[in-house]
Amino acid sequence: MSSLSERILGARAGEYIDRKVDRAYVHDGTGVLTLEAWKGMGSRGLFDPSRISVIFDHIVPANNSTTATLQHELREFAKGSFLHFSDIGGGICHQCMSEGVVLPGEVVVGADSHSCTLGAFGAFATGVGATDMAAIWLTGETWFKVPHSIGIRLQGAITGAAEAKDVALAYVGQLGMDGGSYKALEFIGDGTGSLCMDDRLLLCNLAAETGAKTGMFYADDITVDYLARYGQSAGEQEKEPCDYVQELEINLADVEPLIAVPPRVDTVRAVRDLAGLPVDQVFVGTCTNGRYSDLARFACMVRGNKVAVRTIVVPASREVMKEAIRTGVLTDIVEAGCSIGTPGCGPCLGAHMGVIGEGEVCLSTANRNFRNRMGIGGEIYLASVATAAATALEGEITEPGVP
Amino acid sequence: MRGKGRAVCLGADIDTDVIIAGRYLRTKDRSIWAKHVFEDLDSDLAPRLSGAVIVAGKNFGCGSSREQAAIALKEAGVIAVVAPSFARIFFRNAINIGLALIEADLGCPEGETVRFDLESGWVELGGKRSRLRPLSPHMLDILRAGGLVAYWRVKR
Ligand code: SF4
Repeated sequence: MSSLSERILGARAGEYIDRKVDRAYVHDGTGVLTLEAWKGMGSRGLFDPSRISVIFDHIVPANNSTTATLQHELREFAKGSFLHFSDIGGGICHQCMSEGVVLPGEVVVGADSHSCTLGAFGAFATGVGATDMAAIWLTGETWFKVPHSIGIRLQGAITGAAEAKDVALAYVGQLGMDGGSYKALEFIGDGTGSLCMDDRLLLCNLAAETGAKTGMFYADDITVDYLARYGQSAGEQEKEPCDYVQELEINLADVEPLIAVPPRVDTVRAVRDLAGLPVDQVFVGTCTNGRYSDLARFACMVRGNKVAVRTIVVPASREVMKEAIRTGVLTDIVEAGCSIGTPGCGPCLGAHMGVIGEGEVCLSTANRNFRNRMGIGGEIYLASVATAAATALEGEITEPGVP
Repeated sequence: MRGKGRAVCLGADIDTDVIIAGRYLRTKDRSIWAKHVFEDLDSDLAPRLSGAVIVAGKNFGCGSSREQAAIALKEAGVIAVVAPSFARIFFRNAINIGLALIEADLGCPEGETVRFDLESGWVELGGKRSRLRPLSPHMLDILRAGGLVAYWRVKR
């Protein structure tokens, strides 16, 4: 009767434990602070360089000389210390770690709030701060409070114009921005079998938006097949019944295209309620919706047409971009008039490459729509790739048609 | 870990983007974060934070994991933050940089004096004392050392 978190961490919910980690990763933003804190602790060694990743994704390529100088120091350190290093253009840290690195049952920490994404593999994956990470670099372990778990029971399969993103917005809307605080979300039920790894990564990604420590799926045949494509062999995890502190049930077939209205990700409405609202920019990408299946779906909808507003598409990783080039998906997107960014976070955090202006509205496939996040005085609506494509073609918020 | 300060009240769900905006992150100069803290919420707030105890609503520090948010508050002179609940990464970050956090619901006592003792586990407002859930000994050690960096610098 244990939750997946309890099984992996080997302790009961509520306990404080010290635990060794299997993987630790930082990005260019948090990595700079981690390095500084690690030096402050006396530069006393690294627990295992092969298990420490440094992935440049947040401001890539560098936007000014201050950023470039900070990145230079971290880059030299990562290379000189033989860490697992991914330079600009390799992709978003969570995506890179999902491409055959993280395995079921592992304890994974990332210095980024969306590290929960990797719980999709049946790992215990969670975000920590930069100073936390420095102590982890040093010792290979950290303290955790073992979370209580919320069960999100999924039934059936997604139909019509809806996507996994709409399912994610549905549960975030129901739980609210702190409904998952300190807890783990476990996705269970027959419906999980109808979701591919890209869908699962997305559903775990948005767990952060409820304040949850992580989101998790049990590793099954879909997980095993996915990892085999990257040359990794993994086992399935046996499902056990568990007493959840709360259970939520979602019938996947009932989910329709949804949209999160700024400035809160838990203000969720049907896309049709906002139809006709003009937008200035559409952004497709991020650790939420920048995977190959997302780009392919977008290309499918814009192929042969022209977008009516400026549209930025950023592949989540180089692997995603390569696949999109190989299959012609990227050509379709460029021919439709979209602009392509270097694999990475792109304009998601409002630092460069697609910042929006005062009074502008962006329809984004990301996970956060806080005030000013993508630019001072700008507003962000969050929706699925299909909604983004329909909106890009019309220049105003548009409910996608059933494919 | 005793302290006191004048209450400065804020609402619920204060996110880290509001504490320190993304545009100020690309620097190691902590005084910049202290200067621009809460700029998008209320540009007059930063100078009033020295010696203050922030008293906020639930889920303080939600959003991105940026540690600069906790650092900005400490650098601006904030003594402690009191809220009914904190976002979990912010909670870790604050302990790790030596900023005291108090899980309690004090309402909105703007300008009143808040006293606390984390070791004994209480917070006091207007002569009324409430008990706190105790922090673990390990967490208290980190706070006492002034944060995780100092803790590890001296620990062998
Ligand atoms: S894509 Fe956006 S949400 Fe994801 S890691 Fe990058 S900045 Fe964070």
